[in-house]
Amino acid sequence: MNPSYSVIFFTTASGFGYGLAFWLLILDSSNFPQDRWLSGVGLALALAAITSGLLASTLHLGQPSRAWRAFTQWRSSWLSREGIAAVVSVAMIGLAWLGAIAGMTGTLLNAVAWLGIVAAIITVLCTGMIYQSLKPIAAWRSSLTTPIYLIYSCLTGAFGTAALMSLFNGDGSLAAVIALISALILIAMKMAYWRRASQVVHLTPESATGLGKIGKVQQLEGPHTTGNFVSKEMGFRIARKHADKLRKIVLLGGLSAPALLGFLGVLDNGLAAVFWTIATVLSIGGAVVERWLFFAEAKHAVSAFYGD
Amino acid sequence: MTSLPNNSATKRLGLVIDLDTCVGCHACAVNCKEWNAGGHMAPLTDIDPYGAEPEGVWFNRVHAYEAGDRKTGRTVHFPRSCLHCAEPQCVTVCPTGASYKRAEDGIVLVDEDKCIGCKLCSWACPYGAREYDSHSGVMKKCTLCIDRIYNEALPENERIPACVATCPTSARHFGDLGDPNSDVSQLVAARGGYDLAEELGYQPTNKYLPPRPKRESQSQPANEEPSSGLLRWVDRLLSS
Ligand code: SF4
Ligand code: SF4
Ligand code: SF4
Repeated sequence: MNPSYSVIFFTTASGFGYGLAFWLLILDSSNFPQDRWLSGVGLALALAAITSGLLASTLHLGQPSRAWRAFTQWRSSWLSREGIAAVVSVAMIGLAWLGAIAGMTGTLLNAVAWLGIVAAIITVLCTGMIYQSLKPIAAWRSSLTTPIYLIYSCLTGAFGTAALMSLFNGDGSLAAVIALISALILIAMKMAYWRRASQVVHLTPESATGLGKIGKVQQLEGPHTTGNFVSKEMGFRIARKHADKLRKIVLLGGLSAPALLGFLGVLDNGLAAVFWTIATVLSIGGAVVERWLFFAEAKHAVSAFYGD
Repeated sequence: MTSLPNNSATKRLGLVIDLDTCVGCHACAVNCKEWNAGGHMAPLTDIDPYGAEPEGVWFNRVHAYEAGDRKTGRTVHFPRSCLHCAEPQCVTVCPTGASYKRAEDGIVLVDEDKCIGCKLCSWACPYGAREYDSHSGVMKKCTLCIDRIYNEALPENERIPACVATCPTSARHFGDLGDPNSDVSQLVAARGGYDLAEELGYQPTNKYLPPRPKRESQSQPANEEPSSGLLRWVDRLLSS
């Protein structure tokens, strides 16, 4: 699949934003907000990441002005469900943020914060399900696809939370430990995902055309001499060449290194803010590479008709 | 509504494509483009049409395959267009309701006024039947020539899809595949018509008829020794 930059930016930026809002709100949930400044700055950052991601995803539409129509088909479409959940979560997180900077406290604000927490999880879950449910892309039809989206959001958001907390003189250790554990889980999950992806059964030219009964099938002549929408959108080969290197970058630079930095920050509280900020940046960078691979490596069933 | 109609429609209009007789002339693809460029889904935008890298929206594409090799091998021409599936994921993933499957005849269509151009439906189609029109910003696809088959302004014998009407070898047939007694269903039964990529579960309405088994003797040169009759007599006379 063609790795479109707007989709990669959208999923990583808003994934980070949702994770950040989730941890800021949940670590505070017994009595939100405990630290007005931390919540004010942290949630503003989360909202900026989420809305810039959502905006990028709207801009890649052919008819952005009709985007509201995407809220109507939640009965059948994960994309529609994602749209609704995204708007609800932005509204709830936004209200919680306004309440926090206005110095409000109390049950109502707590309830709003909780709604924001739940809606954030549902949004990321829907994002994962959009891909996991697509039948023509065998690699994505893994029960790990959606959990990986969720834990990636959890990882980047928890590092961001740890860094912010230590910057505001709080103790970010709990968030850092959560991030560290998420990174270790993701290493195992990504390796399992890649192992499965190398073994999945794809449609072949023989099975797709039904001509396998005659013998081996090769495409003699394509249906068009230059590219078309289908060959450009669904076909992508560069990734397969660099896959090994990029996977190592994800595992080492994007997951192992931040996990180590997370641990160092817990040991040395003086430098924690520095360690955890770097860990946040590295894990988001890793998420971008992981997402790029997720799309670029995925083979679409239609390739079989083109002889691949 | 992008939920599928639950009446499992008895009427299922579609095409039957004969891979035995198709000669790969692309007439169906060209006439499809010609009709639809002014039809229900118009325009079918072309980009750089007279330049070095022309490309554009087409609803029908013709591949050529080599199946098997040497004596048993053969060239098979293979038109590919929307199969108007009974379980089309292209419809259920659509967030706007622009993609829909008609309850009355099973035709899968895009409502261009609702489509936001998110392209997710094209990802959900394993057959590559949907082509995005970057100029209009919406998704386009085969309409089964809905503006011909029900068009009362056309004489009755022309109320068939443009690709079917134009095929010089009658390799394309149109009809109701939901009715076991229809001509097309009978043809599918007689020739062992099959579904493409059945394992994905889309239950395509369109069927493909396999190439007939190859007849060996046709490709041998004629026997040099006439065995009987006048030719043998002439042969003997000349040989002596
Ligand atoms: S062939 Fe593709 S576009 Fe047509 S109905 Fe089936 S899934 Fe949808
Ligand atoms: S491109 Fe249009 S028809 Fe296709 S899923 Fe998106 S809104 Fe629906
Ligand atoms: S039925 Fe009509 S729209 Fe579909 S491939 Fe044939 S000519 Fe094109």
